[in-house]
Amino acid sequence: MIVSKQKPFADILASLDGRSRVFLVGCAKCATVCKSGGEEEIWQMQESLTSAGKEVTGSVVIDEACHMLRVGRDLRTRKEMVEEAHALLVLACGAGVQSIAASSGKPTIAGADTLFLGNIRRFGQFEQRCSLCGECILTETAGICPVTVCPKGLLNGPCGGMDEGHCETDPEAECVWHQIYQRLKEQQATENLKKIAPGKDFSRMLKPGKLKLDK
Amino acid sequence: MISRLQQKLASGQFVITSEVCPPKGADCGEFLGKARVLKGQVDAINVTDNQGANMRIAPLAVATLLVREGIEPVYQITCRDRNRMALQSDLLGAAALGIGNILALTGDHISFGDHRQGKPVFDLDSVQLLQAISTLESGFDLAGNRLQGAPAFFAGAAAAPEAEPFELTLFKLQKKATAGARFFQTQAIFDPDRLAAFTTAVRPLSVKVIAGIILLKSAGMARYMTRHIPGLKVPDHIIAELEEASDPVAKGVEIASRLAAAARHHCDGIHIMAMGREELIPEIIKEIR
Repeated sequence: MIVSKQKPFADILASLDGRSRVFLVGCAKCATVCKSGGEEEIWQMQESLTSAGKEVTGSVVIDEACHMLRVGRDLRTRKEMVEEAHALLVLACGAGVQSIAASSGKPTIAGADTLFLGNIRRFGQFEQRCSLCGECILTETAGICPVTVCPKGLLNGPCGGMDEGHCETDPEAECVWHQIYQRLKEQQATENLKKIAPGKDFSRMLKPGKLKLDK
Repeated sequence: MISRLQQKLASGQFVITSEVCPPKGADCGEFLGKARVLKGQVDAINVTDNQGANMRIAPLAVATLLVREGIEPVYQITCRDRNRMALQSDLLGAAALGIGNILALTGDHISFGDHRQGKPVFDLDSVQLLQAISTLESGFDLAGNRLQGAPAFFAGAAAAPEAEPFELTLFKLQKKATAGARFFQTQAIFDPDRLAAFTTAVRPLSVKVIAGIILLKSAGMARYMTRHIPGLKVPDHIIAELEEASDPVAKGVEIASRLAAAARHHCDGIHIMAMGREELIPEIIKEIR
């Protein structure tokens, strides 16, 4: 899922300066799970904005704010409330904000910062495990991604900062190459650690990404 | 052109190298002053590459100044700040400027330094950088294009003899050797027995070992380095020695010369990190020269 985090309320208010009527948009998928823009957060935002003297003309929580067709459809069903507003405040990831901005024609305020593609460790705890690099090497690395979990993205083993299995950037964190080494040892496959990984093909992750499925 | 460092190591002579940190600024007067003191005392002087992720003058520039002075540099080059194009381009520049010794490093993470909001590059890692160096030497670039004039380098890599688990670091050292490392410059060592075990472990790789010796100027500095320098851990008994000394710098010199003398039997050379007190290096190496 895409992990996002609501911006501080003061920053949101500053972005709404001079715009007294606001329509709120949330997302029923990722932003709901990470509590940046689900039903509950939309309701809380409505309360906070009202207390701050803003008028909330209405709200909608879209089932996948990144789905451009659904966004168009859902905003049309609340056409009047959207029309009345000076701005739309979107509590969703950057993909969601953009489909809403493209569909409404109104000034759109991004109310959340998009952080990463994350795994859910447990309720309310998210971790980045995949960098969307376009060239998956997990088969070689015991199912643990050094591109993402190593702060340097090193492909050939730990850097000189690793000691006793810890990462130089965060002594609390286990070095990803130590994790890979331990798992490969369990699988009796440390031979994998002898193969030199070539330089990564960064052309696989050139922006903007596009994919069109064959009919 | 074969560097003197390479020649001496190849002929089995013990080498002594040191390092001088390039200045933060364009004035290299003090830098050159420190380097001149070491001329004739050491075989080569390393120039660090934005050491500790703190922005400083380009090591390529100060390495060139050393060449002009008749001092042989070891050009340290990290993967943190340059992509594969910039790395190859700087390496070709180094060759054209008469720089032959390269220490190929990953580089400390940008979060340690003074430009924490910058983008860390790490397009290549140290193994791939060594491969890039070998590829350039073969007359081609990483894209397979033929070069006009192939450079010749004496390339080395870093090693951490006291890091655990050692088996894990050994896998990477094997890759570095395969990729073209001809010498290992170690992180500061404090235990000659660990160095001896390290040298034995890497002997099958046929790579020369230059052991790192650091000048600890005080107990406070030793503690600070243990906390903040990746891969460096000063043992408690050495910190205690510094703490009890009435003249900690003199004690630091004594510890460094003691370690250098003990290391001598287990490696092919030593690399002295004097942390700004380069004028004390002659004293540290007095007994082993």
